Amino acid sequence: MAGYSEGSGRPNQWLRNLNAKIASVPMILTAVVIFLGGTIWTVVYSFTNSKLLPRLSFVGLDQYERLWDAPRWLVSVQNLAIYGIFSLIFSLVIGFVLAALMDQKIRFENTFRTIMLYPFALSFIVTGLVWQWLLNPEFGIQSVVRSLGWESFTFDPLYNSDIVIYGILIAALWQGTGLVMCLMLAGLRGIDEDIWKAARVDGIPMWKTYLFVVIPMMRGVFITTLVIIASGIVKVYDLVVAQTSGGPGIASEVPAKYVYDYMFQAQNLGQGFAASTMMLITVAIIIVPWAYLEFGGGRKRV
Amino acid sequence: MNLRSFAIALSAAVALPLSAANAADLEVTHWWTSGGEAAAVAELAKAFDATGNHWVDGAIAGSGGTARPIMISRITGGDPMGATQFNHGRQAEELVQSGLMRDLTDVATRENWKDIIKPASLLDSCTIDGKIYCAPVNIHSWQWLWLSNAAFKKAGVEVPKNWDEFVAAAPALEKAGIVPLAVGGQPWQAAGAFDVLMVAIAGKDTFQKVFGDKDEEVAAGPEIAKVFKAADDARRMSKGTNVQDWNQATNMVITGKAGGQIMGDWAQGEFALAGQKAGTDYTCLPGLGVNEIISTGGDAFYFPLLKDEEKSKAQEALASTLLDPKTQVAFNLKKGSLPVRGDVDLAAANDCMKKGLDILAKGNVIQGTDQLLSADSQKQKEDLFSEFFANPSITPEDAQKRFAEIIAAAE
Repeated sequence: MAGYSEGSGRPNQWLRNLNAKIASVPMILTAVVIFLGGTIWTVVYSFTNSKLLPRLSFVGLDQYERLWDAPRWLVSVQNLAIYGIFSLIFSLVIGFVLAALMDQKIRFENTFRTIMLYPFALSFIVTGLVWQWLLNPEFGIQSVVRSLGWESFTFDPLYNSDIVIYGILIAALWQGTGLVMCLMLAGLRGIDEDIWKAARVDGIPMWKTYLFVVIPMMRGVFITTLVIIASGIVKVYDLVVAQTSGGPGIASEVPAKYVYDYMFQAQNLGQGFAASTMMLITVAIIIVPWAYLEFGGGRKRV
Repeated sequence: MNLRSFAIALSAAVALPLSAANAADLEVTHWWTSGGEAAAVAELAKAFDATGNHWVDGAIAGSGGTARPIMISRITGGDPMGATQFNHGRQAEELVQSGLMRDLTDVATRENWKDIIKPASLLDSCTIDGKIYCAPVNIHSWQWLWLSNAAFKKAGVEVPKNWDEFVAAAPALEKAGIVPLAVGGQPWQAAGAFDVLMVAIAGKDTFQKVFGDKDEEVAAGPEIAKVFKAADDARRMSKGTNVQDWNQATNMVITGKAGGQIMGDWAQGEFALAGQKAGTDYTCLPGLGVNEIISTGGDAFYFPLLKDEEKSKAQEALASTLLDPKTQVAFNLKKGSLPVRGDVDLAAANDCMKKGLDILAKGNVIQGTDQLLSADSQKQKEDLFSEFFANPSITPEDAQKRFAEIIAAAE
C-alpha cells in the first residue's frame, strides 16, 4: 500500500511520516526475526542430521527420504487429508445451515446461540477427553444403546483402525461448528433486508435466494471462515493426543504429532524439522494461490 | 497498568525465583506415578530428607515418553532441576556430550561404585569417555510373563509354564470371555513385548547380534522370522485389550479379565499394591518360561550441572543416598525391581524377585534395548510394533522386512 506515487517536488520519501515508521519497527523486527528467521532456521536444519541438539552437519535430502519412506508419516498425511476435507465441508455446511435456521427470527435465539457456541469455549484437550468417554464402548454411547435393549449395537470408532479418524472428526465438528455458525450468522445479518424483499417480490423460493444470492454476497465471511478452519486443520494435535494418542496402532496419527514425537521423544530434530517443513509447504501451497487471488493483481472484489 | 505497579511486578518476577531457591532443596524429576512407583519414590525422598536436605518432588505423569521431552527441554533451556531420572543407556548421551550434565566420578571413586555395582554393565552405561555421569538405582528386566491364576481357573485350564502352553491355552481363555494377553495401547508396550519374545525364542546371541551389532542379515533371517510368528500369535491373543496405560493392562490381569501380560518387573509393584501374592494369586515366568534370561536395563539418576554450590553438594549427598544399602532395599522392595548392589540383603523379597535375583546371580543377563539402541531407533521400532499389534492386515513377513530396515539404519 505505497499510496500515491511520489510526486516530483516532494522531500525525501523515506522521512515522510517518520513517527509511524519508527513505531512499526518492532513489529517488522518481530515478523522478520521471529517468524521468518525461525522458519528459515528450521528449514536449514532440516537438511542436517541433528539429533537431540541442533548441529550443522549437512546430510542433503536424507531426512526427507526417510520421512517419505516412513509408513507412519504416510498414514499421518492421509489422515490429515481425510480429516481436512471432511471437517472443511461439514463445518461449513452444518455451520451455514444452523445459521440460516437461526436467522428465521426464532424465539430464544440468544439461548440457542450460546448453546451452540459453548463447545468452542472448551480446549481441544477437554473436548478430546469428553469424546473419548462418549465413544468408549464400555461407558459411552454404545453401552447406553445396548442397555436400552439393542444388544448388537456397535459404535466404537476410536477402537477401530479403519474409522478412527472419523471419531476424531466428530469431536472436532462438535467443537468447531458453533464458531462457524456465529460467523455465518454475522454474515447473514449483514445482508440488506431489501434483498430479501426483492427476492420475495420476484417469487424466488427461499433456498434459491440463499444459494444464488445470499451466499455469493457472503464471500468475505466465507473466506475468513475458511482460513480459520484450514489453519485449525493443519495443526490438529491435541485432539488426537487426548482421544487416541494416535492409536489404535498408528491409525490416527497426524503430521503435527509426528513432528513432536520425532523432535522430542526420538531425539531426532532433523527428522522433526523435515516433517515440519513439509507441513509448511502444504500450507504455502494452499495459502499462496489464495493470497495471490485475494490481494494480488486486479481489482478487489469484496 | 501504570509505571509503578509495572515496576513492582518486574521486581517480584526477579525476586521470586531467588527466595524460592532454598539452600539445600533439590528438585528431582521422574515419571514414577503409578501406585507402586509412587510408594517407591517416597522411600527415596525419605532417605534423602534424612540427610538434612529436602527432596522436592517433580513427578511428571504420563510415562517416560511424555516426561523425557520435558526434562530435556528444561535442561537444554537453562532451567535444570537438581536431579532427574532417565533410563540408563543412551537417552541422556547427547546431554552429557554437550557438557550439560555433572561428572560424578569423584563421588563414585570415593564410594567405590566400581566394586559394589553389579552387574558392571550398569555402570558402563553411565560411563562416557571414562567419566561417570549417573547413579543407577535399580535393575528392571523386561522379560516377564505375568499370569492370572484366577483367569486360568475360570477357563478350566492349568496355569501355563511357558509361552507355548500359554498360546495353546488361549482358545480356552477366549471361550471364557477372557482376553488371553493384555497389551496396552502405548507404543512402547508392543515394542517391549516383541523384544521379550525375541530373547525367549531366538535366544541371547541372536538378540545381541540384532540389537548390539545391528546385524541386518540376522534381523531379516529365519531366527527372527520365528519371533515374528510368535508376535503374530501375541497379536491375535491381545485382541480386545481396550486400554492404554500399562498399569491398566496389569490391572486386567489382577482382576482376572486378562490371562496374562508381558511386562517388565515393575508390574510387580501393582500386584503387591493390590494385595496379591506371587504363586497363589499370580504366576510369573521369567524369560516367558522358555529362556531364563533377563535384561539389565533400569533407571538411573542424572545430575545436571548447577552453578549453585549448596545444591551441588546436595547432589552429591543424593547420589550416595541412592546407592546406600538401606535405601536400595527399601526402594526396590516397593518398586518390584532388583537392587544394583550385589551385597544387600533381600530376605523380604517375594518369589518372583527371588527368581530374578537367582538369574542375576547366575549371570544370565543381557543389556536392555535402551542401552543398545538410540532413542531414534527405539521410536521407529515403537511405530512399527504399535502398528503391527493394532493392524492384523500387516503380515509378519512385511513387518520383519521393515524391522530389518530399522536395524540397518540404526547407529
